[in-house]
Amino acid sequence: MTTAKAVKNVPPHPMDALLRTERIPHIWCPGCGIGTVFSAVLAAIKNTGWDPNTIAMVSGIGCTGRMAGYIRLDSFHTTHGRALPFATGLKLAKPDTKVIIVSGDGDLFAIGGNHFIHAARRNMDMTVVCVNNFNYGMTGGQQAPSTPLGAKTTTSVNGSPEEPFNLCDLAATCGATYVARWTAMQVRSLRSSISEALEKRGFSFVEVITPCPSSFGRRNRMGTALEMMKFYQGRSVIRSDINPSEALVDIDREIVVGKFVDTERPTFMDHYAKVNRLNLPQWRAMHSDHQKGR
Amino acid sequence: MGKRIGMEVAVAVAEAVGLCNIDMAAVYPITPQSHIAEHLSDLVANGQIDAEFVTVESEHSAMSAVIGASGAGARSYTATSSQGLMYMHELLPIASAMRLPITMAIANRAVSGPLNILNDHTDIMPQRDSGWISVFVENGQEAIDMSIMAFKIAEHKDVMLPVNVNIDGFQLTHMVEPFEMPSQEEVDAFLPPFVPHATLHPAKPVTMGAFAMSDYFTEIMKAKDEALLNSKKVILDVWDEWAKMFGRSYKPVETYKADDADVLMLTMGSMGETAQMAIDQLRGRGVKAGLVKLRLWRPFPHSEIKAVLKNVKKLIVTDRAISFGGPGGPVFSEIKSALYAEASRPLIYNYIFGLGGRDVAVGEFVGMVDKVLADTKNKAADTYEFWGVRE
Repeated sequence: MTTAKAVKNVPPHPMDALLRTERIPHIWCPGCGIGTVFSAVLAAIKNTGWDPNTIAMVSGIGCTGRMAGYIRLDSFHTTHGRALPFATGLKLAKPDTKVIIVSGDGDLFAIGGNHFIHAARRNMDMTVVCVNNFNYGMTGGQQAPSTPLGAKTTTSVNGSPEEPFNLCDLAATCGATYVARWTAMQVRSLRSSISEALEKRGFSFVEVITPCPSSFGRRNRMGTALEMMKFYQGRSVIRSDINPSEALVDIDREIVVGKFVDTERPTFMDHYAKVNRLNLPQWRAMHSDHQKGR
Repeated sequence: MGKRIGMEVAVAVAEAVGLCNIDMAAVYPITPQSHIAEHLSDLVANGQIDAEFVTVESEHSAMSAVIGASGAGARSYTATSSQGLMYMHELLPIASAMRLPITMAIANRAVSGPLNILNDHTDIMPQRDSGWISVFVENGQEAIDMSIMAFKIAEHKDVMLPVNVNIDGFQLTHMVEPFEMPSQEEVDAFLPPFVPHATLHPAKPVTMGAFAMSDYFTEIMKAKDEALLNSKKVILDVWDEWAKMFGRSYKPVETYKADDADVLMLTMGSMGETAQMAIDQLRGRGVKAGLVKLRLWRPFPHSEIKAVLKNVKKLIVTDRAISFGGPGGPVFSEIKSALYAEASRPLIYNYIFGLGGRDVAVGEFVGMVDKVLADTKNKAADTYEFWGVRE
């Protein structure tokens, strides 16, 4: 535990303005890649220059889901798997809001997989940042739909017998207009991808291959957190504009990273307005008083 | 007799289930159930049990998968907790309506929101009316015994209903306790192979889950209710048989120093042992207090409850859940309802406490008894109070 005195002596973090510093220290394990991803998300938000009152973060359950509790923005820590439906409701009620969803591979693609494919299909105008650490970290490192075939977890001690998702391929197939993948070590590329994703009009998806040294790393004898970071970075090959179906995550050979999709198509709101809002005013914030008071 | 060992209760529950010759388990991890899931997967992976373990993508899928497996005649098991149980909710009445003898451990944990991972009973209470047999355990030994007996009760031809075993999350699941683990031979002698009443099999086709409109729906509901009511006889028989074989006897309602008590306290789950210490303290200073432990939640043991509460003047019902905007805690509500037609009824005080993992120590039970005895004008009777709440 960090003592009050120690906290007092810590120099301010460059992202303090966007953090609920009173909630720090955070719960993440030493060496976890989520901190890096969180910093990249905060930096990307800062770079946009948007009014903080127009941004909302929505998260699901799990280690990554905790981001929503640490960010000093409107945020919604939802139930397991349900970040995207909550975000969809938020977006419909307040279409001007920039909605960022942060969650893990387990939350977004196991228990919440159904919602991901539909949010991408509808081209909801929002950004999803997925921390992929290949297992359910928070509950103790169990097998997830992202666990590589043969990798060990606490529910697959002899190795996972299942083929994992290629998350970027799934996103692209379902209709995402922006799809990128980086490892947590490639901070600059990650930050600029998240920035592009935020500015993108449509459903944008950024996957981050992230070390979980406490669970996945330990089970698979991958060494320290830094060694895992370097391992993933060393395995990564930048192949932007490749067909996402060929952009494999094979930790034994190569992890294909880069920007795989950057395209335009009408969003859910565009279609919806044409069909259902012909005689109604343009989309507007439902509670205009809400903004006045801020 | 089985070996006397020390082990984490969640792991021991998985070990006990491993002795029951299960065919499949489908589990989605959730704190504080995860160690049950993990240890079961270890048993399967190490070849210690001949069963399939499926790492499904959600609790909804876990319950669906065990329903499918049970429908095909497999002895099927799952375990969950809190939000996971809430997510299974849709499937629970279907498992019971299809008369599928699934068994499930519930590591009881508070339901969101706000998000909390610690122990209370707010997860099981909303499942009350799903048609499952529901038992609560007080310690690790009971968790093991009930987990094994659950299969025999569920699969009995006069029952054919799913059973859930409620094990307080963390307070029990994560404790290392000493207990006797039955041997494989003993469990084999106690638990016969599963003979399903109907299975999905191409050679003898049946339809499960078929559509039923108003012409049959009521009759099916009545049949389900009767099955659950009738299950009590089998539950008692199986518990008796267990007592004869293993020397540990269980009753739907148990008492501690209750015979001459002026005031009784009623608990469910792991708090029973703490409350028992409080009763000893109170008795030590001459207060005639006693304890009632409710073990069987569904089917509700009406006759046993009435018999135990017949002569007492004041009763404290503790609840680790609340029915918001209703009469108080769900246990309180059941007890009141059970006693309504009785000629002599105790004054009932309801304390809601231990929510979201808040610790309940011996002194607090003592405090409740003192408070109730001091209420000479019976002002607080028939109402509920959040014990120890900051206002």
